[in-house]
Amino acid sequence: MVLDIRGLAVTFRTDRGPLRAVDDLSFSVEAGRTLAVVGESGCGKSVTALAIMGLLPPNARLSGSIRLHGREMSTLNPAEWRRRRGRELAMVFQEPMTSLNPAFTAGEQVAEVLRLHERLGERAAFDRAVALLDRVRIPDAARRARQYPHQLSGGMRQRVMIAMALACKPRLLIADEPTTALDVTVQAQILALLDELKRETGTAVVLITHDLGIVADHADDVVVMYAGRAAERAPAARLFARPEHPYTVGLLGAAPRIEGGPGGRMSRLASIEGTVPDLLHPPEGCRFAPRCPFHGTDCTRQPPLAEIEPGHATACWRAPLDQVLAA
Amino acid sequence: MLAWFLRRLGQIVPTLLILSVMIFGLQQLMPGDPALTLAGEERGDPQVLAQIRAELRLDRPLPEQYLHWVARAVQGDFGFSWRIREPVAKLILEKLPVTFQLAVMAFLIALVIGIPAGVISAVRRDRPVDWLANGLALFGISMPNFWLGIMMILLFSVQLGWLPPSGYVPLTEDPVQSLATTIMPAFVLGSGIAGVLMRHTRAAMLGALSQDYVRTARAKGLDERVVVGRHALRNALIPVVTLGTIEFGRLLAGAVLTEQIFTIPGFGKLIVDAVFNRDYPVVQGVVMATALIFVTLSLIADILYMAVNPRLRSA
Ligand SMILES: Nc1ncnc2c1ncn2[C@@H]1O[C@H](COP(=O)(O)OP(=O)(O)OP(=O)(O)O)[C@@H](O)[C@H]1O
Ligand code: SF4
Ligand SMILES: [Mg+2]
Repeated sequence: MVLDIRGLAVTFRTDRGPLRAVDDLSFSVEAGRTLAVVGESGCGKSVTALAIMGLLPPNARLSGSIRLHGREMSTLNPAEWRRRRGRELAMVFQEPMTSLNPAFTAGEQVAEVLRLHERLGERAAFDRAVALLDRVRIPDAARRARQYPHQLSGGMRQRVMIAMALACKPRLLIADEPTTALDVTVQAQILALLDELKRETGTAVVLITHDLGIVADHADDVVVMYAGRAAERAPAARLFARPEHPYTVGLLGAAPRIEGGPGGRMSRLASIEGTVPDLLHPPEGCRFAPRCPFHGTDCTRQPPLAEIEPGHATACWRAPLDQVLAA
Repeated sequence: MLAWFLRRLGQIVPTLLILSVMIFGLQQLMPGDPALTLAGEERGDPQVLAQIRAELRLDRPLPEQYLHWVARAVQGDFGFSWRIREPVAKLILEKLPVTFQLAVMAFLIALVIGIPAGVISAVRRDRPVDWLANGLALFGISMPNFWLGIMMILLFSVQLGWLPPSGYVPLTEDPVQSLATTIMPAFVLGSGIAGVLMRHTRAAMLGALSQDYVRTARAKGLDERVVVGRHALRNALIPVVTLGTIEFGRLLAGAVLTEQIFTIPGFGKLIVDAVFNRDYPVVQGVVMATALIFVTLSLIADILYMAVNPRLRSA
């Protein structure tokens, strides 16, 4: 197990009171596999990623357990966490246009990681950086390495970010919506590249996205998040074959690429009405209740994330849902 | 790049020409007849006055006087000082290094104080260090130079006797004494600029530290000192460089007053004496030289800005 998260919670101190952005979140990823984290905007995906990286802002408080290769990270001091960042765990961000430093060349920025973690000299690090840029299929890598970010396209910049993240062969790669800002064709290329590199290096990947099509094509396992909590967790194939949480069903109904399943279920949840709850004042009990067509009096208590088949868990009092729908 | 440079030079020439007309014109509006001043004791003798006027071409039409002056000025000849009978160019070249030394020292002091203070202030935003730095910056900016100068003379020269209160020793003659005579005026001059630089560095650093690339730098596992000192600062300094060059020009102007306080025989003293004595060739020469320095500095500012900003360099 490369990454194992148990009961992760992140609370922000804000002017309007404490905001619990992530609550009781648990999942794990094995080497060479991809776990997708999906959910609407603001459900806590990026906060989860930053928590794992140890990059939460100062107003955040973290609790629960984050284990990387069996080692507990949440109790490490900042310097120890820092030494692992960029080497054992790395991250690719959503914004390729702004995530690279405009004042340094692409090659310098990749080389910097190697100089830091592998103690390479300037020349050797730069040569390795060029090789890495070539590896992520940047054409004419030697020339591009000497260029500044503004001279590169968005897709190329994201390739530079990937080269930088994978430079030290990390055990865990977190990709936070790595293709959201890119054209559809470039998106597919970048995701294919990530898959290929994952197979080659055996890196475990946490892929954050809100695109279920990407999940279907690239993920082994999925965690569906809703308002900071896991609504459902399952192998990707099972999630699409048998979505259990009403929120997941709604998401799939809204996703144009997914077909199949009993027509009645889909039509009832074709779109999710209502809005995401205010995390400063989350609803009592099940957080999805205000939008859930199946809610009842028992939903004022928080449903636990419980298994309904091996490896497939859902946080809903109505589980298993297919029996409810059949009735 | 070369095209840009030539275009920039093309802008400078007309600027200087217009300026020279203005200087020449304003001069004519100044009260008093220079011939009378120059004639001294013999000012009652019309023949002497006529001779002086002929010698200085004061009897010619204004446009002719102007053209004559410009023609010589472009060759570096600004005529003779009426008062001390020496070439204006020589006087300028003598005094300029003094002021320049003062300005460079003041600027170094401002850089060494202003930039680190701005960085620390941004990193420790809203903490006591930040408040202290902001308070000192305000002090530096708002404190009149003459007051600060007098206070320093009182403390370091009169009370403690560590530094000479006035005078100047050239750097080539005795470096230690030279520094001793210029450190106080340089500090007085630099304090305001230090405050301005501190504020701008702070603002630019706060901007840079909230950028995505700073998060990337942290994600690489870089030490916070490297994140701040390399990734954020490199970007924050881009606007500060331009500002710094412009402030350097202002510093040369500020030297006029400071040189008076510390009785340093520099550029400032040269022009003040020339104005009081109606020594027009010197006034004209000094103003033109100052304009040339400003224009050059703004050109340097642009070049530096391009040098530190990759976006412009490759465009
Ligand atoms: N520094 C912070 N201070 C206070 N609240 C924060 C902070 N960072 C994030 N939050 C809150 O935490 C919640 C989760 O944010 P997060 O960025 O993880 O969402 P996300 O799932 O990544 O959304 P998106 O799909 O838009 O990227 C949001 O409600 C956000 O307002
Ligand atoms: S627990 Fe209740 S409100 Fe929550 S998803 Fe299930 S049925 Fe809906
Ligand atoms: Mg996000």
